[in-house]
Amino acid sequence: MDNAIKMQAKNVDFFYGKNHALKNVNLDVYANKVTAMIGPSGCGKSTFIRLFNRMNELVLHTSFSGKIFLDDLEINSPLVDAVDIRRRVGMVFQKPNPFPKSIFENISYGLEVNGEKDKQFIEERVIESIKKAALWEEVKDRLKESALKLSGGQQQRLCIARCLAVKPEVILFDEPCASLDPISTGKIEELILELKKDYTIVIVTHNMQQAARVSDSTAFFLLGELIEFGKTQDIFTKPRDSKTEAYITGRFG
Amino acid sequence: MGKHFDEELRDLNNDILKMGVFAEEAIYRSIEALKNRDKNMAQDVINNDRSIDELELIVDEKCLDLIARHQPMAGDLRFITTGMKINAELERIADIAVDIGQRTLEIVDKPLLKPLIDIPKLAEIAQNMIKMSIDAFIKGDIVLAKKVLASDSGADQLRNVIQKELIEDYMVKDSTTAPRAVQLLLIARFLERICDHTTNIAEDVIYMVQAEVVKHHPEKLK
Repeated sequence: MDNAIKMQAKNVDFFYGKNHALKNVNLDVYANKVTAMIGPSGCGKSTFIRLFNRMNELVLHTSFSGKIFLDDLEINSPLVDAVDIRRRVGMVFQKPNPFPKSIFENISYGLEVNGEKDKQFIEERVIESIKKAALWEEVKDRLKESALKLSGGQQQRLCIARCLAVKPEVILFDEPCASLDPISTGKIEELILELKKDYTIVIVTHNMQQAARVSDSTAFFLLGELIEFGKTQDIFTKPRDSKTEAYITGRFG
Repeated sequence: MGKHFDEELRDLNNDILKMGVFAEEAIYRSIEALKNRDKNMAQDVINNDRSIDELELIVDEKCLDLIARHQPMAGDLRFITTGMKINAELERIADIAVDIGQRTLEIVDKPLLKPLIDIPKLAEIAQNMIKMSIDAFIKGDIVLAKKVLASDSGADQLRNVIQKELIEDYMVKDSTTAPRAVQLLLIARFLERICDHTTNIAEDVIYMVQAEVVKHHPEKLK
């Protein structure tokens, strides 16, 4: 786990109105590793990763303190553009959310929004992204068809391809397999393991076996606190904290 | 995981305890057969091994089933995997009881080479170590597990004393004693092997409770 630190949270507190959703969280995300966030619903894990690309700014009546770094850049400093952060830190959501456009356009869209006009460059990047998302063989003959015709698992990989097209450095996955069958889930997990060679990955999951399978380090959250963070192997075989033990062995509460 | 899983774990615990009781009893009876020159009892030990083998398979299957269906984590995972290993150690101990029974059948019709003093002593150490190691597993008692580990050198020493006496006082001096002396030598060796199996159990118990591997790392016990 001794890779360079890609993202870092320092003394992070977050409130939804008066609800103290994150309490003094400190955590390092290592480059080219998969970091999993686990914990019961409402523990703050999704809130936490949404801070990594400033998605929580879009929610009203929230307040935040602490610092989050992407490399050496403090991402909340006034000089930093949130759009630039979201390009560098991409996100894949629980439910696949393709645009009601063609497969090709779903992926070219991000490039066009970023001002890219070179058609050949766009085409090359679209193909490269679809291939990297392990979707190429299934869609290469129907790039002009609507993305909404794809299966759930294919749509999710399309969303990953869309995310890859703008060349992010970090990818945040918020329960990416929650709505997928086991075969599609297996494909996404394989993909995550493949992608970590080139990207840094953070994944929120309710599926503990999934965290155990794909991640290098695991963070356990409970009631807004980071209870334990360590190597995945250690968390699942010999957790230090009795609360972690209770949660992962299903004896919680 | 809920009530049902906990019940299954308790059930597994009971089965392993049963394996322990069977193994302990097999050793006890094999030693009694030797001491009392009781052919029937020795044969009984040999015949009974089958039921221990069957229980071993049942325990193994239960462990695999629990892993496959529940994907246990942390303490549960360590309990089940340790249970599997201890199950195998207990089965090996029961096999050694069979070995002792077979050696006993070899010598039972011949005149006793010498009064048995040290072999019953070694047997007592071995039985005590079996009992302690099983108790340590059932109670998750590290202090008791460490006691098992500490007892092993005494068993080794006693085995050496027995070996030296049998070779120097009997086999070297009068080669006609060799066929009987070798049988006793083997029995001493078997008893010492039992002690080694119990130390494996004790090391597994320490891993189960503390998640610390002390096997092949004696320095960690200090």
